[in-house]
Amino acid sequence: MTIPRMHVLFPFDPDTLLSGVKEFEAALLKELKKRNLENEVKVLETGSIGVTGKGILMVVYPEGVYYSNLKISDIPRIVEEHFIKGRPVKEFFLGEVPARFVKREKLGLVREQRRVVLENAGIIDPENIEEYIATGGYEALEKVLTSMKPEEVIDEVKKSGLRGRGGAGFPTGLKWELTRKAEGDEKYIICNADEGEPGTFKDRLILEGDPHKLLEGMIIGGYAIGASKGYIYVRGEYELSINRMQKAIDDAYKYNILGKNILGTDFSFDLEIKKGAGAYVCGEETALIESLEGKRGQPRNKPPYPVTHGLWMKPTAVNNVETIANVPPIVMRGAEWFRKLGTEKCPGTKVFTILGHVVYPGLIEVEMGTTLRDIIFNYGGGIKDGKKFKGALVGGAAGVFVPQKLLDVKMDFDSLKEYKAVLGSGAILVLNEDTCMVDMLFSIIRFFKHESCGQCSPCRIGTYELYTLINKVRSGEAKEEDLEMMIGLSEVMNDSSFCPLGQSLIMPVKSAIENFREEFVAHFDKNYRCEKCRR
Amino acid sequence: MAEMVKLYIDGKEVEVDKDATILDAAKKVGVHIPTLCYHADLSPTGACGVCVVEIEGSPTPKRSCCTPVAPGMKVTSNSKYLREIRKALVQLILSNHDVTCPTCPANEHCELQSLANYLGVDTDGLPTVLEKKPIDETSIAIVRDPNKCILCGRCVNVCNDIQTVSALTIADRGFDATIDTFFSLGMGNSACVNCGQCTVFCPTGALSERSEIDLVWDALLDPDKVVVVQEAPSIRATLGEEFGMEIGTVTVGKMYAAMRRLGFDVIFDTNFAADLTIMEEANELVERIKNGGALPLITSCSPGWIKFMETFFPDLAKYVSTCKSPQQMFGALVKTYFAKESGIDPSKIVSVSIMPCTAKKFEARRPEMRDSGYQDVDYVLTTRELVRMLKAADIDLKTLPDEKPDELMGMYTGAATIFGATGGVMEAAVRTAYWMLTGKDLPNLDIEAVRGMAGIKEAELDINGMKVKVAVAHGLGNARTLLTKVKEQIEKTGQSEYAFIEIMACPGGCVGGGGQPKGSTFAMRARRGEGLYKEDRELPYRKSHENPAIIRLYDKFLGKQGSELAHRLLHTHYFKRSNLDGACVEAVTEKHVHH
Ligand SMILES: Cc1cc2nc3c(=O)[nH]c(=O)nc-3n(C[C@H](O)[C@H](O)[C@H](O)COP(=O)(O)O)c2cc1C
Ligand code: SF4
Ligand code: SF4
Ligand code: SF4
Repeated sequence: MTIPRMHVLFPFDPDTLLSGVKEFEAALLKELKKRNLENEVKVLETGSIGVTGKGILMVVYPEGVYYSNLKISDIPRIVEEHFIKGRPVKEFFLGEVPARFVKREKLGLVREQRRVVLENAGIIDPENIEEYIATGGYEALEKVLTSMKPEEVIDEVKKSGLRGRGGAGFPTGLKWELTRKAEGDEKYIICNADEGEPGTFKDRLILEGDPHKLLEGMIIGGYAIGASKGYIYVRGEYELSINRMQKAIDDAYKYNILGKNILGTDFSFDLEIKKGAGAYVCGEETALIESLEGKRGQPRNKPPYPVTHGLWMKPTAVNNVETIANVPPIVMRGAEWFRKLGTEKCPGTKVFTILGHVVYPGLIEVEMGTTLRDIIFNYGGGIKDGKKFKGALVGGAAGVFVPQKLLDVKMDFDSLKEYKAVLGSGAILVLNEDTCMVDMLFSIIRFFKHESCGQCSPCRIGTYELYTLINKVRSGEAKEEDLEMMIGLSEVMNDSSFCPLGQSLIMPVKSAIENFREEFVAHFDKNYRCEKCRR
Repeated sequence: MAEMVKLYIDGKEVEVDKDATILDAAKKVGVHIPTLCYHADLSPTGACGVCVVEIEGSPTPKRSCCTPVAPGMKVTSNSKYLREIRKALVQLILSNHDVTCPTCPANEHCELQSLANYLGVDTDGLPTVLEKKPIDETSIAIVRDPNKCILCGRCVNVCNDIQTVSALTIADRGFDATIDTFFSLGMGNSACVNCGQCTVFCPTGALSERSEIDLVWDALLDPDKVVVVQEAPSIRATLGEEFGMEIGTVTVGKMYAAMRRLGFDVIFDTNFAADLTIMEEANELVERIKNGGALPLITSCSPGWIKFMETFFPDLAKYVSTCKSPQQMFGALVKTYFAKESGIDPSKIVSVSIMPCTAKKFEARRPEMRDSGYQDVDYVLTTRELVRMLKAADIDLKTLPDEKPDELMGMYTGAATIFGATGGVMEAAVRTAYWMLTGKDLPNLDIEAVRGMAGIKEAELDINGMKVKVAVAHGLGNARTLLTKVKEQIEKTGQSEYAFIEIMACPGGCVGGGGQPKGSTFAMRARRGEGLYKEDRELPYRKSHENPAIIRLYDKFLGKQGSELAHRLLHTHYFKRSNLDGACVEAVTEKHVHH
């Protein structure tokens, strides 16, 4: 077997697929064959690397060169110049290549990231279990199954200080311990891969780029809590994720990493993928469980919590994809190592999705506690087109509008809490000076009105009331009292909605109105010109 | 012993089962927490949020109706903060509500109305956000006004969990969420059996009976019509409640007086026909026992149950008694027997019945219920409709004198009066069947084993050494359980352990009927039933076959039980129905012969 001297990776995601990456790949293979390079240059398909809107992408190792916006007609030149002569074709480089897309190599101007959960994404072939194993994959599982008691695994996770990346930041070790200790003959572990947050795709990156890491984390979690069955609830639209994950599961069964007596031990574990029902609220853990049970995806009252009354009313641990992907590295390298990353109370890294008016929209994985300013201006490359920063919606649709003066907030659960903000899904929507905050809040409220399940009246009617009121502001019919009423209503919704969906609208509503009040007031004037609200 | 948990509500210590909710605990310690969507007899949906309480250590308030207790929990049930939330919640619900209280069927019986009033809710400021939806008037029995629906989910729960009919569901999401039927065809084109339980449980005017008040007033005010009225057994035990009398007070004399004051021309009593039903049904039972006919015999006086049977258990139709319900026996006789005896042209007679039941409206309009040559019963009023008429006429039941019914079809026995409670028909039939089989009176007339609110009750009777096993089910979920067992027995062994089964569609029997006052809980139903058993004990005749008016009816008009005329007027047949839209598919028992 010859060892290839070069690796060419094609990120496959809906964006690149639409741009014709498959045809491009076929053409490249043909060209390589023509030039007898097929054994020297290995072509791999990988998952999304977190870059969108840049056409066909191609990553070439060992240099770690990122090409974008490629056309089939460019192939001969790239092969000739780069693959044969070793001179990367600068003309096709992906902008000023931000190092965040590169593993540990430094390239160009920008700083390196700390990659833990994304360490393999875009680097290995996600459809090849052997590549995962070759990078040390499933060693953590082996260690757990052969040398650790379930309680010891939980202990290690507790010591690491890992907190749930699904939004609430609940300590994962504690969740596992509660599930393990809960009374019940059967227990379940569920991976929440519903990723309903608009614009976010961090979980997809893991599902598509490194499915085995998630799988390994799930099996370890199952072992720790005493479950013999797990589910991965994947957002319905994520077709590629579902296919990749299914392939990973099938391969794992073949390698006896799933199924009966895993790796020859006493532990047996089965894993199944469930396709999400499509509503945003189905990402809420109890609605997800209802949906898994084949019912209408509506939240249950909490308490009781899933850790005691989950799937089929049995003890169940529901964890986010990113949370679970942190587990194998923690087991392998130890809690101590993990605690060196991030902050005292929020150790580890966090994957953020940078969206909106920045130079480099996309995904980054950085240490917890990195400041918002750093994320936007260094990793995100600052505001696009030389515009000024106005604010950022931090934490997703149910997040908080952060104004300029709070840019130095540290991005971790506790620091954000001080400003009544949340980390949420880790989505950061950056807004430039031209943004209309009334229009932004309108979009958010419309989203919630659309996503309310309708089970409880505070949210069902409240979102519609807010929608009516924000429309009054947009059309110039509102008064000061209407803004107070909006805040009052969202407070009531916060205090009395059945689930966090209705409860959390207070955050965008209050922060938008309080931090950008002048803009709302300006809209009271019927003659105020607003490109967004009064087209 | 259940595991107990100790907690504190407003500083008061209370100990409850570990599975209890905070609301349960509050009730136990006598603390009132306002609620709206919650109902004591249904599982909580948590829709409205009005019952929120503060819990020490919890950042936001929690719903007391569905939050379980925990050891040492410290709960605050009321505070300025909680009051503000509750008021705001009710205000929100009103902003999405077609507030037309004065004309609403639920006026003064609406839980939303009274809660808003008690809390002092302000309706200023908040924009009205109601998108009007069409009213569902497809059903003969029930009208559904979605613009008054607060989506509490009670109707869905009672129809699904207690009645197992599942005619209603919540369709759509978010603001568009609405109560709906299969394929949005409307309640009249659904599996709905018209039991009306949803109208009793609905806290607002979103579900109500289809009112026939105007039609009845028109008849009463028409000088050319002779308006005859019958009142079902259970009415006498519930009417008083609506006039401030103790629950379970039997007000029969005042009831007749009220009917006279409303302007009814002839005041009879359904109880007379209940005695008649017993004569025919006991005869049928005796015949089937003697001649090896289809057993168990299953009672047929609850029209909600009949439609349920036709929809979900059509293969059991041959076991169901062919007897019409008392209402329909009565109707057939008014326009024949009474017309003949009084010399009144039956076309001038308007026959009105006062029923605890919405399904009776449907039953009266079944095409086969025209054996007198006319529609046997013209109008059916529920207890709720009667109360509205009495209030309209400013008749205060409480202060009326006791009066007597008109003679021909007004006299009744204790056996008839207990028809209104679960187990009553069984008990009444056994009293007479025993006499028919043995020629003797039952040694102890009170068959306690079939009384009370247990869902399924069984008893073994000894009739001259013959062991007869009987069962009683009330509420269609219980009926489903019992009949599934019966069906299995018949399929396996060709016969069932039971000889006689009573089924009532409504929990508690007719005292818990779908036309009874709104909001009646199971506990209230039990007390009403006790009122009827008390009347039974106090009546001079307690066995149907002793009723002189019934003896006269057979003498002068029908001949003997099961005679041809009796068959023509008093018996009926059944159909198989689609469980999707409720339509008749085919007849499943033989049509009785028309002459
Ligand atoms: C409306 C709503 C949507 C949610 N969507 C998601 C989601 O898409 N993915 C996710 O992991 N958690 C989501 N959550 C959070 C979950 O309820 C739950 O807290 C999480 O899956 C727990 O995992 P963790 O402990 O690993 O964070 C959502 C919560 C709410 C209220
Ligand atoms: S808060 Fe909204 S999404 Fe949550 S249960 Fe209530 S209606 Fe459904
Ligand atoms: S009347 Fe009875 S069967 Fe019909 S919808 Fe209401 S509860 Fe269900
Ligand atoms: S119709 Fe009545 S019982 Fe049914 S959800 Fe609406 S308000 Fe509740």
